[in-house]
Amino acid sequence: MSASRKSDGPSNPERRRLVETTLRGAVGAGVAGALIGAYQRSAEAMPTQAIRPPGALPDERAFLAACVRCGLCVRACPWNTLKLADLGDHVASGTPYFIARKTPCEMCEDIPCVKACPTGALDHGLVDINKAKMGTAVLVDEENCLNFLGLRCDVCYRDCPVIDKALTLEMESNPRTRKHAIFRPTVHASDCTGCGKCEKSCVLEEAAIKVLPLKVARGELGRHYRLGWKEYEKHQGPLVDGIVDLPDRAPGDVTPPSGVPDTPPIIDPTKLGKGWKP
Amino acid sequence: MTALSPTPKARLNREARLAAQEVLPARGFLTRNKFLLLRRLSQTLVLALFLTGPLFGLWIAKGTLASSMTFGILPLTDPLVLVQMLAARHAPEGLAILGAAIVAVGYALVSGRAYCSWVCPINPVTDLAHWTREKLGLQSKGWQPKPETRFWVLAMVLVVSGVTGSIAWELVNPITHAFRVVVFGATASLTFVVAVFLFDLFVARRGWCSHLCPVGAFYGLLGAGALVKVSTFKRAACDHCMDCYAVCPEPHVISPALEGAKKGASPVISSRDCTTCGRCIDVCDRGVFRFTHRFDASETTTVDAVRSNCSGETP
Repeated sequence: MSASRKSDGPSNPERRRLVETTLRGAVGAGVAGALIGAYQRSAEAMPTQAIRPPGALPDERAFLAACVRCGLCVRACPWNTLKLADLGDHVASGTPYFIARKTPCEMCEDIPCVKACPTGALDHGLVDINKAKMGTAVLVDEENCLNFLGLRCDVCYRDCPVIDKALTLEMESNPRTRKHAIFRPTVHASDCTGCGKCEKSCVLEEAAIKVLPLKVARGELGRHYRLGWKEYEKHQGPLVDGIVDLPDRAPGDVTPPSGVPDTPPIIDPTKLGKGWKP
Repeated sequence: MTALSPTPKARLNREARLAAQEVLPARGFLTRNKFLLLRRLSQTLVLALFLTGPLFGLWIAKGTLASSMTFGILPLTDPLVLVQMLAARHAPEGLAILGAAIVAVGYALVSGRAYCSWVCPINPVTDLAHWTREKLGLQSKGWQPKPETRFWVLAMVLVVSGVTGSIAWELVNPITHAFRVVVFGATASLTFVVAVFLFDLFVARRGWCSHLCPVGAFYGLLGAGALVKVSTFKRAACDHCMDCYAVCPEPHVISPALEGAKKGASPVISSRDCTTCGRCIDVCDRGVFRFTHRFDASETTTVDAVRSNCSGETP
């Protein structure tokens, strides 16, 4: 045993060369791999204007695990909305994206880009384009939005493919003139597909309404968080018995459902008079 | 030509051959470059299939070599891309699996590294680097990592795909970058293509395709049992001029077959590293090589046959 170890020992030039070669290959590949890995991580950060196609896996890392950068979705897009990222576009090169302000998504009903995707980086489970979540519009600049200034621009609202659901005009009084109204464009993220038509159509030099990635645009409740009134509905009563409900003091025509602890005032819209349409 | 510094005996033979050159039949340009021209044609054709759409609105193939759709019915996906995807833990749609299966079975049956020499758009780039190297008379081979290094790179690619959860090689893969340059006009992607060219020209002789590329490594493994092979069926006529070694991108694959007669080895070049480019068939004045299938161990050994095939020169 000891004799064989001697002949095979570190002084054995044959074995030494083998170990050296192996180590060189492994270390070289390891260093290159670390570099690619680091490059990969940096490629996960996307500029906020770059929007992925409909059905794109929401987590960028999951998307990059699935997208083979073949460009078949780009070829399938009949509006030439989708672009294949080039090096230096700050989007992982070869992956599809669009810039809403330049060319928004036209929301084809048959969603050809999703159908063309061979890997499912664009989720084939998306069959109704109105359920797409490419991002969500956010009215980012109330101070320059013409409607907020009390004017009747309404262009984003009129151009919204999911009008009156994803984007509504909410009336409130104009405190500047005290006698006019402000029709506040209001995005409802649950219905917004992130197509970017509003951003494209905004008449300002720089759009006041922009489509942002959901991760940037939306907040998220803690998983443990419970909304009292929803829990009340779910359980048809308070979660904890024997809570003393003190009388709510609210102005005007407010009728809180009895027995609900700390409920906010609920306004009955039918008592506000006829609903309005802009 | 002196890349592999021939033995004194071989050099002697070479001189003898040069002296007897007039005796050899004149082989025209087309004969001497038959497979090279066919390969360039094949590589151009592959790009052309993808280019007729964007250029003339005549759509034949869409996508890139990573994944494509031909005539709207034939899906093809690079199996290495699919393997990386699985390493990144994404369950692909059936289309990608079907496409990868078609490609994998095709290359496994025909010839794995035919991808490198007949399809890959980087092959003309590194060939151009090699040609420029010869024209400039660059003597140093530069950095010469072991041909096995590519398997380390392949393993690294799969590990990085698994760790980062993404298709790692597509981030840098010069093949698909080159493809996107041509087919999608992604001009900045040219950076990676130029980098490979300069690497092969100044850093390492035949460095990329023959030593490092993990795609070539993968297709080599895939085609380990492939049918189409080059055979040194007339190795008895070899005069050790070394032309084949000089021109071969993977010269280590030749000798086991060419010099294997004494050991009773098959004349078929069986190494998975062989790209079946056919360049050896082109350059050999003695007609030693030919394309055949892997089970064809036949060879021409009799002196008569050899003589009849090399126009009177005594072997």
